[in-house]
Amino acid sequence: MSLYIHIPFCISKCSYCSFTSFKYDFLSAEKYLKALELEICIRFFEKTFKKQKVNTIFVGGGTPTVLDDELIKKLFLILDEYFYLNDVSEFTVESNPNTLSKQKLKILKDFGVNRLSIGVQACQRRLLEILQRAHDYEHVIHSFELVRGVGFDNVNVDLIFGIPTQTLEEWEQSLKNIIDLQPEHIACYNLQLEEGTVLLERVRKGELESCHEELELKMYNRAIEMLVKEGYVHYEISNFSKPSYECKHNLCYWYNDDYAGVGLAAHSHVCGERLSNTDDLKLYVEKLMKGTLPLQERILLSKQDMMSETVFMGLRLINGVNLKNFYDKFNINLTDVWPDQLDKLLSEGLVKISGDYLRLTKKGLPIANVVFREFV
Amino acid sequence: MAVDQLKIRNFCIIAHIDHGKSTLADRLLEYTGAIDKREMEDQVLDTMELEKERGITIKLQPVKLEYKASDGNTYLLNIIDTPGHVDFTYEVSRSLAACEGALLVVDASQGIEAQTLANVYLALEHDLEIIPVINKIDLPSADPERIKREIEETIGLDAEDAILVSAKTGQGVPEVLEQIVKKIPPPKGDASALLKALIFDSYYDPYKGVIAYARIFEGTIKKGMKIKMMATGSEFEVDEVGVFKPKLFETESLTAGEVGFIAAGIKNVKECRVGDTITDAENPAEEPLPGYKKAVPVVFCGLYPVDNADYDDLRDALDKLSLNDASLVYEPETSEALGFGFRCGFLGLLHMEIIQERLEREYNLSIITTAPSVVYHVYTTAGDVVKVENPSKMPPPGKIDHLEEPFVKATIMVPKDFVGSIMELCQERRGVFKNMEYVGISRVMLTYELPLSEIVFDFFDQLKSRTKGYASFDYEMIGYRESKLVKMDILVHGETVDALSCIVHRDKAYYHGRALIAKLKELIPRHQFEIPIQAAIGNKVIARETVRALRKDVLAKCYGGDVTRKRKLLEKQKEGKKRMKQLGRVEMPQEAFMAVLNVGEKQK
Repeated sequence: MSLYIHIPFCISKCSYCSFTSFKYDFLSAEKYLKALELEICIRFFEKTFKKQKVNTIFVGGGTPTVLDDELIKKLFLILDEYFYLNDVSEFTVESNPNTLSKQKLKILKDFGVNRLSIGVQACQRRLLEILQRAHDYEHVIHSFELVRGVGFDNVNVDLIFGIPTQTLEEWEQSLKNIIDLQPEHIACYNLQLEEGTVLLERVRKGELESCHEELELKMYNRAIEMLVKEGYVHYEISNFSKPSYECKHNLCYWYNDDYAGVGLAAHSHVCGERLSNTDDLKLYVEKLMKGTLPLQERILLSKQDMMSETVFMGLRLINGVNLKNFYDKFNINLTDVWPDQLDKLLSEGLVKISGDYLRLTKKGLPIANVVFREFV
Repeated sequence: MAVDQLKIRNFCIIAHIDHGKSTLADRLLEYTGAIDKREMEDQVLDTMELEKERGITIKLQPVKLEYKASDGNTYLLNIIDTPGHVDFTYEVSRSLAACEGALLVVDASQGIEAQTLANVYLALEHDLEIIPVINKIDLPSADPERIKREIEETIGLDAEDAILVSAKTGQGVPEVLEQIVKKIPPPKGDASALLKALIFDSYYDPYKGVIAYARIFEGTIKKGMKIKMMATGSEFEVDEVGVFKPKLFETESLTAGEVGFIAAGIKNVKECRVGDTITDAENPAEEPLPGYKKAVPVVFCGLYPVDNADYDDLRDALDKLSLNDASLVYEPETSEALGFGFRCGFLGLLHMEIIQERLEREYNLSIITTAPSVVYHVYTTAGDVVKVENPSKMPPPGKIDHLEEPFVKATIMVPKDFVGSIMELCQERRGVFKNMEYVGISRVMLTYELPLSEIVFDFFDQLKSRTKGYASFDYEMIGYRESKLVKMDILVHGETVDALSCIVHRDKAYYHGRALIAKLKELIPRHQFEIPIQAAIGNKVIARETVRALRKDVLAKCYGGDVTRKRKLLEKQKEGKKRMKQLGRVEMPQEAFMAVLNVGEKQK
């Protein structure tokens, strides 16, 4: 079982972010942590998770490291009460460059955090301004030194490509800068212009020109090329790592295994059900204060749903879906569930079967949705 | 109990859409107590859901009212409807033939419209007594004096005594009833003569079979009688006769001068055609009533189920609709692009729209409609004449000597400020100017001769949008004329898509072709490969566009394990694909087949 903890606070909102996140202030965060504790407690007694079985923890956001040291400690004390943190094999905390201090990093380390993720996104001031990030590239270098100094030996850096007005050269420069820092893991996300974001509005108004699809494709291919050359393994559509540094927590999503998410708008996948919490902060706190779970949606998955999800999540991995595991889980061969669809995709050269795996081909990778659609 | 013929008044209401025909009819019902106030639903006589929703009346139900007039006598008033649309001119003429008088309802601010004018002329041809009624006088913009002048100038009818009415408030309604009794003559006809009854409408009832609406001109009809339809020759035994109150109300008999319904176990409206004469099968009349015509469809289109599996359902639905609509014709048709479907013929554009909407709404079918076409007369080099109503069936250019297409005489009434833009529109549509006349001081009546094919493509919408909705329009067929027409094919990914072929004027082919493929380019989703789209005449490509290949389509990262959102997104995309038609390797959305319809106007 994997555990996800959501912290919905940030210093400020980024222009591309479409999630419910809130400007950080101590009091609301303190209140939120109280509610979070109640959620963990209730779900603990409902046996959503058992103490001994949590294998990975991922504290995401928002920006978890925006919390004051005192609150960070409080969060970990809560976790420490319900989980054997020392037995967790991968314990990740997400952060942004300007929220890290030596002091804070030490607290993380002391509580067993062994993987740190840093949202860098871009290395050019003008692009960071377009994204309305609250940091500079100087912050990145400084943070990275701190992180290494405290002794974190498993670090991820998030980068974004396809930013309006971004050039291929700028993207290459960002990749190069990050490669120089030698993080163990790099995620390259293609920017999606989401409804309700400042960035989409600006593009619509014509203030910024969105990135052309062909250029995005070039950027994507360039990333694969450069990172692989530097010894990174391209193991998922958007993710790269040094050998054996794949993100175990995320692998759990891609293997379609069980996970529990706690916190605002967090999602869980437990025992054939998908649950999600409300994304209304006030409601989240209120409900928990009354002792009820703040669920928004609860979907009982059919076998067909589970098979579908196993395939389209698994195909995100470059190795693909393990056909033997599929059979063990569902007692039917993947190839018997979707014979016609597979024939079509195989003949179009979008997927291939090699050994025990069904995977996307180079041709299928950039148009993965075309493939995924066949399995829903 | 015999009905006193002198106490009967048969009349209809002529009005333009929106001028308040249904509301006035409702008031008459209410005033005479034919219907309780509590039962009043707005516009009682509009029966189709579609009519109520759009606020337009295609056909009102006939109704019989009992009215106690100021002379102390009780009169029976039969309101017979005239459909308010050009598509149904023939039906209008049959309804008029069943009456002795007509209320001419004109909006007190908008004045006479082209449609009204056409129907008034028809009424005058039938020697009806016309009572002008100026409606909506409660509106601040009402100007009854101007409208009276308009009626006098355009129709030549004395409008001095026109009744001023507000059907909304009820003002003037009693006066209308009084005038009907005083001015409209009672029907004539001999109750003991050989039976002659005019069918002016009919509908199909699942229990009783076809219910014929008829006006008895001569003789008497009663239950148990054997009757004969003089045009079709079919014979039936009468199960029931009666009147409209407005619900069907059985009576012993119907005699000369009366209006009522006849049920005779008739299985199909095609055996009970509007305009036919019913007579006694044992003692038939020698001559039928004049004016019977078989309704001829003038606009054709292909109707195809989106999902081929729905073919049988579509056929059943058409069968059912045609039970009630003798003018709807259809026959199976196959398209390489769309599979199995039907070629359907309609009286006009509104008729076509109504049928499409009813199929989708009442029968819950998803259908693809191909662009409407008219019937072309193709003179082949071999000396034959072939009638072609489906562009894809056009003989190859080498075998065609020349082509003829149907023309109409169009009457357009428009405020004078818009004359320029309407003349421009008619010019664009290959119209030949015939006449221009002032109607009152502010409006103009234009007469043009236009190819029918040019008005089946959104002419009416254009007319409305270029005149802020003030234009009205009517047309009549005036026969076939030779035109320089060519068949334009559309090739998608190298394959001719038969359902997209169209017949266009040679001089407009280039422009039309370019506009059409530009539209298709917008509508066809990107595939994994490039898709060329071409417009061609014969072997000559006149325009070309390309749908670029899909290069990138990946879902973004999955935040915090929200797999459900992802699955829903994929499902939605897949659902969208399901509604497409597979054409070789290309998936075409339904809208693409309709693209031909609204090409060319968008650029303006």
